[in-house]
Amino acid sequence: MIQIKNLYKSYKMGTSSLHVLKGIDLNIEEGELVAIMGSSGSGKSTLLNILGMLDVADKGDYILDSVPIKNLNETKAAKYRNKFLGFVFQSFNLINYKTALENVSLPLYYQGIKRKERQESALDYLDRVGLKNWATHLPSELSGGQKQRVAIARAMASKPKVLLADEPTGALDTTTSYEVMDLIQKINQEGKTILVVTHEPDIAQMCKRIVKLKDGVIIEDKKVNQVLASSYV
Amino acid sequence: MFNRDRWIEIFETISKNKLRTFLSGFTVALGIFIFVILFGLGNGLKNTFQEFFLDDAGNAIFLNSGKTSKPYKGFKANRRIEFENDDLNDIKENFSFFLEYLSPRIDRNATSSYKKESNNYNTRAISPGHQFIEKTILMKGRYINQSDIIGKRKSAVIGRLVAKDLFKTENPIGKYIELGSTTFKVVGVFQDEGGDREERNIYIPFTTRQLIEKGNDKLNSIVMTYRKELGHTGAVAFEKVLKKYFKEKKSIDPSDTEGIYIQNPTDDIKQSQDFAVVLQYIVSLVGLGTLIAGIIGISNIMVFVVKERTKELGIRKALGASPRSVIQMILQESIFITTISGYVGLFLGILVLENIGLNLEEYFIKNPYIDLGTSLSATIILIIFGAIAGYIPAKRASSIKPIVALRDE
Repeated sequence: MIQIKNLYKSYKMGTSSLHVLKGIDLNIEEGELVAIMGSSGSGKSTLLNILGMLDVADKGDYILDSVPIKNLNETKAAKYRNKFLGFVFQSFNLINYKTALENVSLPLYYQGIKRKERQESALDYLDRVGLKNWATHLPSELSGGQKQRVAIARAMASKPKVLLADEPTGALDTTTSYEVMDLIQKINQEGKTILVVTHEPDIAQMCKRIVKLKDGVIIEDKKVNQVLASSYV
Repeated sequence: MFNRDRWIEIFETISKNKLRTFLSGFTVALGIFIFVILFGLGNGLKNTFQEFFLDDAGNAIFLNSGKTSKPYKGFKANRRIEFENDDLNDIKENFSFFLEYLSPRIDRNATSSYKKESNNYNTRAISPGHQFIEKTILMKGRYINQSDIIGKRKSAVIGRLVAKDLFKTENPIGKYIELGSTTFKVVGVFQDEGGDREERNIYIPFTTRQLIEKGNDKLNSIVMTYRKELGHTGAVAFEKVLKKYFKEKKSIDPSDTEGIYIQNPTDDIKQSQDFAVVLQYIVSLVGLGTLIAGIIGISNIMVFVVKERTKELGIRKALGASPRSVIQMILQESIFITTISGYVGLFLGILVLENIGLNLEEYFIKNPYIDLGTSLSATIILIIFGAIAGYIPAKRASSIKPIVALRDE
């Protein structure tokens, strides 16, 4: 599903440049649930942003669902993001003046789907994350866990190939974190490829594979025995 | 542009961001409102000015006589020059090329009375052409006509204020008034934009006046209008040949500066009109200034709005919005708001202008108005600049990488 070869990325910091990714090679098959771990500054978020086409690599190859991702202009990137990827952010990034339902139906709007179908589909996804009754509420009226579930519903609504989650539990307490991870595991069990960036070992243990980054290189890549989040809830 | 879904999205955004919508809408509405008011008041000032200085027909020439200052052809100096009826015919015959209307004037003061009311008014003996030279506006009845002149009838056309003084609320038409020792029948009432003094005149046929004064054929002065298409230069030429003609006819030394006077107001009129043009420039400048202030206002708001929405735009882009659709959304929204509020401002401005218009005459502002063309173009200019002001930051926001926009807190 995802093939990365020899990926480099550096940021200009004044006169010197900061090398964040120094040659990453990674292959992810369809249906995997991968945790990308590392301390802050290890380059894990940068890697995820490049995978999500929110940022561009300096050098290296990136093939997503056998489509080579390179020389992207913004319009093309927007199209690919909409078609291939679903995002879940640490800070939820819901649009605060839109209701839960409107937030979930937004990616469908950009897919050009009709309003009625959009709303039906969005309501269906809200139902799947257990928030059907909250459809007309604004993000400010929802708890952190509910917000993240709305964000996951939104990410799923566009039927992406890959779900990218950047510290999805970073702003949540332990119980809520496990609820969110339970949801992510369920989505994975339905066959979706998911990448989770996290620095919490217990969250990483709930994935099927852990990739550890340090100073911009992969230092460890191992399959793990998945701990089911539902056992904690 | 006519995508129904996009409009729904825009309406939702507008209705859920009321403060933002209000701010940008208010700026535009206020800008147009002030523009309409100021421009309208400026026009009102111009109207007052024109009324003040442009009382008589702009193309009137006044021919007056006086005493000579030099002896000539056996005549002594200090001889009084007088006009007679045949001078009228001579002008008609010799200057038909220049001439539009012609009328003599014989002014006399007379005590005028009706029933118990009486007062002293100027009676001015004239011929029908005088109506157009003086720009007299008839309110009731008719003006002095050719039959009055030929029949030397005792018909009188009285000013609005004369009617008010003597007749109070009574209808003066067909009533008889005493002018001096002669009885005249009132055939008309007039008003004159020249002011109160003009409206205290009484017009009678000049032949009747001459009959009362023992059948003489003397005239006080001769007034006429020249054909407008001759313009300023034509008027100056007319004045020159007219003066030459009468100096010769009345045997006045060609170098004598007295004896015949011609008052040609075209020079004054031209000055007044030049001044009116300057006034128009000032009015336009005020309007332009207001418009620029409005443009700066809406630009500020648009920059602020886009800045505030950076994160939202980042989210939209992460969810698959193309840069094009982001720009389109911001522009369509801003144009929609500015158009609606622009016309609200326009409508309110015109409404206020109509309502205050009548109460401002004492401040030298008469009939303040703004023509629809000017106000519509002003609104459109503001909308266009609002769009440009929105486009620049929208373009920038749309080209920011979503990851940068998402980091924006």
